[in-house]
Amino acid sequence: MKTMLKFVASIAMFFSFCQALAAFNVFACEPEWGALAMELGGDKLSVFTAITALQDAHRIEARPSLIARARNADLLVCTGSELEIGWVPLLLTQAGNGRIQRGMPGYLEASQQVARIEIPQALDRSLGDIHPGGNPHIQTDARNIARVAEVLAQRLAQLDPQNAAAYQSKYKDFGARWQEAIRRWEKEGARLKDVPVVVYHRDFSYFIRWMGMREAGSLEPKPGIPPTPAHLATLVEQMKRAPAKAIIYSPYNDPRAAQFLSERTGIPAVMLPFTVGGNEKARDLFALFDETIALLLKVMQ
Amino acid sequence: MYCRLLCAMAFAVALSAPLAAGAQDAELSKIREELRQLKDAYERRIQALEQRLQQTEAKAGKAEEAANQAAVQSSSRPTGENALNPAISLILQGTLARSSRDPANYQITGFVPSGGEVAPPGRGLNLSESELVFSASVDPYFRGVLIAALTPENEVEVEEAFIQTLALGRGFMFKGGRFLSGIGYQNEIHQHAWDFQDAPLAYKALLGGRLNDDGVQLKWVAPTELLVELGTELGRGRVFPGTDRNRGRAGAWSLFGHAGGDLGTSIAWRAGLSHLRTSPRDRTYDDVDSTGTGVSNSIGGRSQLWVLDGILKWAPNHNASAQNFKLQGEYFRRRENGSLIYDTQAASLGTQTGSYRSRQSGWYLQGVYQFMPQWRAGYRYDRLNSGATSIGLVGTGALTAADFPILGGHKPKRHTFMVDWSPTEFSRIRLQLARDYSRMGAPDNQILMQYIMSLGAHGAHKF
Repeated sequence: MKTMLKFVASIAMFFSFCQALAAFNVFACEPEWGALAMELGGDKLSVFTAITALQDAHRIEARPSLIARARNADLLVCTGSELEIGWVPLLLTQAGNGRIQRGMPGYLEASQQVARIEIPQALDRSLGDIHPGGNPHIQTDARNIARVAEVLAQRLAQLDPQNAAAYQSKYKDFGARWQEAIRRWEKEGARLKDVPVVVYHRDFSYFIRWMGMREAGSLEPKPGIPPTPAHLATLVEQMKRAPAKAIIYSPYNDPRAAQFLSERTGIPAVMLPFTVGGNEKARDLFALFDETIALLLKVMQ
Repeated sequence: MYCRLLCAMAFAVALSAPLAAGAQDAELSKIREELRQLKDAYERRIQALEQRLQQTEAKAGKAEEAANQAAVQSSSRPTGENALNPAISLILQGTLARSSRDPANYQITGFVPSGGEVAPPGRGLNLSESELVFSASVDPYFRGVLIAALTPENEVEVEEAFIQTLALGRGFMFKGGRFLSGIGYQNEIHQHAWDFQDAPLAYKALLGGRLNDDGVQLKWVAPTELLVELGTELGRGRVFPGTDRNRGRAGAWSLFGHAGGDLGTSIAWRAGLSHLRTSPRDRTYDDVDSTGTGVSNSIGGRSQLWVLDGILKWAPNHNASAQNFKLQGEYFRRRENGSLIYDTQAASLGTQTGSYRSRQSGWYLQGVYQFMPQWRAGYRYDRLNSGATSIGLVGTGALTAADFPILGGHKPKRHTFMVDWSPTEFSRIRLQLARDYSRMGAPDNQILMQYIMSLGAHGAHKF
């Protein structure tokens, strides 16, 4: 019995020692927040990103590996607005981590930091998988990223005061470069004004609004409902009357519906990165917007 | 001559001096006039600018006010006593079933009846249990959940009603109340989230469908990248294989450990080992003895169950929405020691007591494949082994094995196929076919259609 107790005690000591050695742990639900945390924390942080650009944030399972990572997180950064409602609540109740519960400083919902659009006027599931808090895909507008960066930098400094100065100086540097990049993207994207596009899901609403583009239709008949043949047929008719310039979709969407519509109408279908890692070139936040705008300008030619 | 010239020059100089002075005066006043005009013009322009600035400021102030108002309006929700209501969801289910044997006399030969709701759904159209789920944070420290089942017999059953801690930290979690035990894999999954309409035979025979005792649970998650979770539960022993007892000590005790993680970018797994100990007293069941009389027997003693469970899920890039495959299996082993009282009501050959010992096992393996969005197909194989049950009263010759037909040796098995269609994650319609060899010598062909719909708050499903 005594040796057993000693054994358990030594294991517990080993684990607490490991924890003491570890850096400040950030659990980012989506790649864009993982990338932003890296910009603001660099080597001061150990960042874990729960999903990749190839996964649908609406439909993730609370896998054992995610529970294990949430167990050690000091800060959880998620989009929020019910985007992760199918899995993050489970992580919070299964991981036994009091630091990242709702209402704690270690729980940060990015979408709560910005003004959300497309807040539904009516709430009913017959309207599809709608988000009562508004469209959660805020990362497609670079100005939103700037706002989240400010809050995230403050939160990092608050939770990890030893490195507060480092976070602040990194934030200053990032903020300046980001503002400059926003001016560049707005200049480059000026040609996208009033351009009509067909989307798959309401993934790019913030981008479309930022660039002054127009959403001419969506492949999903209702949010969260996969494209149906009948709906695609009406879209084909609609595009014949008033053609859009492009059909845009995300890496996690099934490309077949977009390709089908493209073949029937001759409108180019283009997969935009949507988030960091969404294609080969979109390796960081800057490249994400460079790539998105470049891809759209390319199909416009 | 020189004098005249000099004189003229002097005169000219004398004349020209005041003349030059006069010209300068005129120029100066002209400049002054210009400056004054310039100044006036600037003043007018500055005044105009100031005015415009004031107007703009006023406008900006108004805009700010409007923005503030808009922000307040958009951020404010209707207030009222119901503003902090718990999340409520409702699950509606029903079946349309046909079976070649009457579900009313369902039994699993070789296994002491568990008394749980294990029979296949009744023939014809049936309403299944409607589940009503309430959940919310109690305060920053606790969370509460109630799951009530409204049965088709117009009764309300409390399936789960527990509180759990939110902020113990260091990986510890505490749960208290009535809850689905953490042993095995499927036990903690709610019925509406199962991949088949009914429970595996091993759960039906050895746990009465599932274990939801009243008690407490302490769980710890290790601070490792591989998920390691250890838990223990102390329970009242209210449900099979235990019995409810009127005493101050726990009637059931369990210990479980699970490990899980990812293999590459497309496979996730979890495996576990669990142990459950109960000490039933007067666990009664009905049988028909060799004289053809219905008798009531009872078992008391000690029951120990081991469960080995494993689940493997495959989804390309962990993106399960288009395609995924799920392989799930569990192995059960139960040992019971104690005494068996025959005919407790003295309805046939008189009450007699003898020893009882059994070693039984069971397992199932199931695979469910989502081959395209919304559509899944699955197959499950069930197997039980009643093992060698030793009944003291038979050993001493007081009674014969024919007096305990339900405890006769049997190796039940079952094949189950299903196809289901889930238009969204909130609705599912299922077709299930089964060939069930639970009753000795009487295979049962079952076919059923089932609907499962969930309304209200978006429930999150466990892995």
